[in-house]
Amino acid sequence: MIASARDSARRNLSHLDELEAEAIHIMREVAAERERPVLLFSGGKDSIVMLRLAEKAFRPAKFPFPVLHVDTGHNFPEVIEYRDRRVRELGERLVVASVQESIDKGRVQEQTGPRASRNQLQTTTLLDALEEHGFDAAMGGARRDEERSRAKERIFSFRDDFGQWNPRAQRPELWDIYNARIRKGEQIRVFPISNWTELDVWQYVARENLELPKIYFAHDREVFRRDGMLYAVSEFVERYPDEEPFTASVRFRTVGDMSCTGGVVSEAASIDAVVTEIAATRVTERGETRADDRVSEAAMEDRKRVGYF
Amino acid sequence: MATSREFLDTDLLRLVTAGSVDDGKSTLIGRLLYDTKQILVDQLEHIEDASRRRGHDYVDLALLTDGLRAEREQGITIDVAYRSFVTPRRRFQLADAPGHVQYTRNMVTGASTADVAVVLVDARKGVIEQTRRHSYIVGMLALPHVVYAVNKMDLVDFSEERFDEIARELAELGSQLGIEDATVIPLSALKGDNVVDRTDSMPWYAGPTLLEHLETIELDGDRNVQDRRFPVQWVIRPMADDHHDYRGYAGRVAGGVWHAGDEVVVLPSGLRSRVAAIDSAEGPLDEAIPRESVTILLEDDVDVSRGDLLADPETAPTVAREVTARVSWMSERPLEERARLLVKHTTRTVPARVDEIVSVVDIHTLEDRPSPGKMELNDLGVVRFRLADPLVVDPYVRNRGTGAFILIDESSNETVGAGMVVAAQP
Repeated sequence: MIASARDSARRNLSHLDELEAEAIHIMREVAAERERPVLLFSGGKDSIVMLRLAEKAFRPAKFPFPVLHVDTGHNFPEVIEYRDRRVRELGERLVVASVQESIDKGRVQEQTGPRASRNQLQTTTLLDALEEHGFDAAMGGARRDEERSRAKERIFSFRDDFGQWNPRAQRPELWDIYNARIRKGEQIRVFPISNWTELDVWQYVARENLELPKIYFAHDREVFRRDGMLYAVSEFVERYPDEEPFTASVRFRTVGDMSCTGGVVSEAASIDAVVTEIAATRVTERGETRADDRVSEAAMEDRKRVGYF
Repeated sequence: MATSREFLDTDLLRLVTAGSVDDGKSTLIGRLLYDTKQILVDQLEHIEDASRRRGHDYVDLALLTDGLRAEREQGITIDVAYRSFVTPRRRFQLADAPGHVQYTRNMVTGASTADVAVVLVDARKGVIEQTRRHSYIVGMLALPHVVYAVNKMDLVDFSEERFDEIARELAELGSQLGIEDATVIPLSALKGDNVVDRTDSMPWYAGPTLLEHLETIELDGDRNVQDRRFPVQWVIRPMADDHHDYRGYAGRVAGGVWHAGDEVVVLPSGLRSRVAAIDSAEGPLDEAIPRESVTILLEDDVDVSRGDLLADPETAPTVAREVTARVSWMSERPLEERARLLVKHTTRTVPARVDEIVSVVDIHTLEDRPSPGKMELNDLGVVRFRLADPLVVDPYVRNRGTGAFILIDESSNETVGAGMVVAAQP
């Protein structure tokens, strides 16, 4: 067999094409091998990329799974507005699981005081929603570069009946052949963009021309300083008396719950400006803007063991 | 300062690192990340703190890659860790496999997705059993490129003679194992010599630093662009008015370059058709190359579903009922003859039975020990399987995509082994 001249023109994919092809492959494996998959959506840039990848994997058909949002009730309003509009444009099915409902039903207890956060409460709401709908594989936009324990997590990550992750008993993951078999009652978390970095995500957002919630770009906002981070002033966060609000030009690098997501001072108002800033950034995304990881050195590992995404 | 555009048009190189305990692998990775400026302020503060708490008078770069609490407590790496770094020339994806004897399965796992293996050699110890074992795995998994990082050169006074001696041993090992593209680089991860930057400690060495070498390895020749292979993963049928007759076969190209008009044989059925179009979410594509995820439409309304393989009829793979393969056994429970397992190969899963365990490798001599009767955890060997339903396979050395499979224990659902096809019979 002779390779034609045309054949030899392009033999290797660019890094974004390679990462995209890998993620699409993973999503299709999940759809084919699990009975009731679901795509987790937070309104953040990673899950916006996931929606785009799902389009690439399944269009012109509909997604073979619904989209699930765990709503803490403390989200940035821009994110909820974006979520509803985006899902409508896509014509896909949205399931909302509400932390407020979990509180009202007495499944979890609301924390109080200036350090109160609903972040940990999400775990119960998520597990309840997965059980209620019988979802057996939840796809999320977590990445290995976000945090140290994530670097060791497989793309297909198995959870027992209690939603727990056991880092010592992970299945070996070979080539791109994924073993998605589970017993009844068990679930899988699947991370199709495991191998992406924050910079890859931003480059992909730029390349695909994806719209993001406005809070990702520099805007004037009333903030206050805590632990070296800037938090948005909102009804959901109680301030200590010495935490004076002031106005600053900020953007957010992640869009978690308002009670634990900090902004960074920035003038970057466009995707290009943000990508340039990220490429030159000297602080990791989570270290800079997520208070929930600062609690202890092994914070993420502890939360994951009990079922946090 | 790097700008966004500088990082845009790179490709992705996947590498695996392997080494024994204490030969400084974590330090080497830490050094690569540190000297390529991937370590950010908060990460650096974190390891400076941790180093101080442990009473070190230097910043322990190895701490950067020790992810899990159990590892920090025991001071060892227990599982494959994946991390990324980027230079203006290339984006790197690194699988860090631990070096303990009992963790061979992690090395096989890390190597399965890699283009390049970086094998650490302690300059004081030279080629030891672990070096041979890691090289054997690299050869077995048919990695196209190997780099031997001869580390701790500072502890042998940067001796050219010592380096030459080790390089000779490695050349011998390489020819014994059939490793084609091997490069040997003297370095010191702790001091930073020849990892990213050249220093004046080894003026006799004229070759590239480790990073320079990794940045310039050619990947274009590594993909099989001759034999068209397309495992069907998912059938796209919109069932909507505007796409009433649409039936697309979604999957990832496992070989060859695909165009509309190409002749196709559907295997195992043997039905023939032609590519009508290559589709994507953005519309039709001119071609599809290996590793791309695309959708193929056929001219005829033939019966195709998940698990089928589309191929070039001229170079069609074997529709096999019997497969002989190199196997890496990964379970605590030994593999025995007559055992029943599931084989997942591309997008197809079939029941299989172990007909014969042909041989197991003696890791001391790297020689095949015939008829061992069973395989224990971390054993590497040759196994003949009989398949309940056919698989469509190529020899692994010809195509990593259609020559590889995993073994699944149906009772536990665990992945218990990895296989690489050596020969196949109908």
